[in-house]
Amino acid sequence: MRKAIENNAKLLALFAVACTTLVGLVHLLTKDIIVEQEQQQLLNTLNELVDPSTYNNAINQACIMVEHELLGIKTQKAYLAKKGQQPIAAAITTTAPDGYNGDIQLMVAISFDGVVKGVRTLKHKETPGLGDKIELRKSPWILSFNNKQILDNKDRRWAVAKDGGMFDQFTGATITPRAVVNAVKRTVTYFNQNKKQLFDKTANCQEVL
Amino acid sequence: MNIPQEYKELTWQGLWKNNPGLVQLLGLCPLLAVTSTVVNALGLGLATLFVLICSNATVSAVQHWVPKEIRIPIFVLIIAAFVTCIQLLMNAFTFDLYESLGIFLPLIVTNCAIIGRAEAYASKNSVKHASFDGLMMGLGFLLVLVALGAIREVLGQGTLLDGAELLFGDWASQLRIEVFHLDNQFLLAILPPGAFIAMGFLIAAKNKIDAKLAEQQPKQQEAQIERVRVNFDG
Repeated sequence: MRKAIENNAKLLALFAVACTTLVGLVHLLTKDIIVEQEQQQLLNTLNELVDPSTYNNAINQACIMVEHELLGIKTQKAYLAKKGQQPIAAAITTTAPDGYNGDIQLMVAISFDGVVKGVRTLKHKETPGLGDKIELRKSPWILSFNNKQILDNKDRRWAVAKDGGMFDQFTGATITPRAVVNAVKRTVTYFNQNKKQLFDKTANCQEVL
Repeated sequence: MNIPQEYKELTWQGLWKNNPGLVQLLGLCPLLAVTSTVVNALGLGLATLFVLICSNATVSAVQHWVPKEIRIPIFVLIIAAFVTCIQLLMNAFTFDLYESLGIFLPLIVTNCAIIGRAEAYASKNSVKHASFDGLMMGLGFLLVLVALGAIREVLGQGTLLDGAELLFGDWASQLRIEVFHLDNQFLLAILPPGAFIAMGFLIAAKNKIDAKLAEQQPKQQEAQIERVRVNFDG
């Protein structure tokens, strides 16, 4: 009986080791490509938002961890575009916590003078067919943020049309665009308040590059 | 002539008679959840197919060393290892598709069709047969996934093969077919309830065809049966 248990245990351990080795090998082989892909993906998004000809630093490496209540509870990342020492724009990730179906992850690019360069949805779980029009693949709605800015603290235009603002809602979905508009507004507000400090920081994202 | 007969039988079993999607009804979770478009279905189907072939071959290769008592944990280990490998490879080479399949890729581990085949067939047959069984079962599953994906995509978005570039690279974006234009998507087809309904129709269609087939050749079979009545009370 004991012998059988011992043999089985050994055999299980052997299989565990063999399987782990296999996974480990594949991991080693694909590790670099995956990191590269993720960086490429990030760079593609950044390039769509901030025109690469306007800056000359490595934007995907000029990344700063930021924490602020305006950006949601999570730690967010800010990617800084500079030309020489001159600040050009920042792309900041942000969370809209009040989507129809949980958090919506966004990236908002803002030029140094506070004008929105563009917004992209990074991750969301909104209803397919209704709320997912915040994806550029599905609808150009997200482009309506381009070149908008916040004029003052009481800028009422930063709301969906139903609430008297300048952004359309979708048929059948008001909560999703409302959440996105508010999150973008908060991010721009945050940027306007903190842009000087932001550009003084040195890159500190703990990413393996 | 014995071997081809076995392969023929395996093909028939996997693709139709014992189809993992339509008959065994295994792996319903990925089946219903990711089939909102053809491309998602195809991606997950191919991943499952690959895992099934590899796990069947491996399980069959090690069957003589694995004692009966611990076979299940070992099968699970093998399947999990292959799924993780696939996940890593897809993350590396089809990044966008990996993103869009999300959680359902690691969930292949829990697809009962795979461990079901390992237990029911691969652990008792030769590597060649087991791999072929994996191929056919995987294909059967893939076909159901794609059929369901096509139905839901056409009804839901009016397109076919939308987002093919996620799977095949940029050139494939031309593969997208707009069957008809929808201003508002037909929500039911995209959401899980639509998947259940479409699945129900698929199964019904299969049963109908089976019934038709059975109708066509009953006499021949009946003629072969010779009943011997034994009456002990006599």
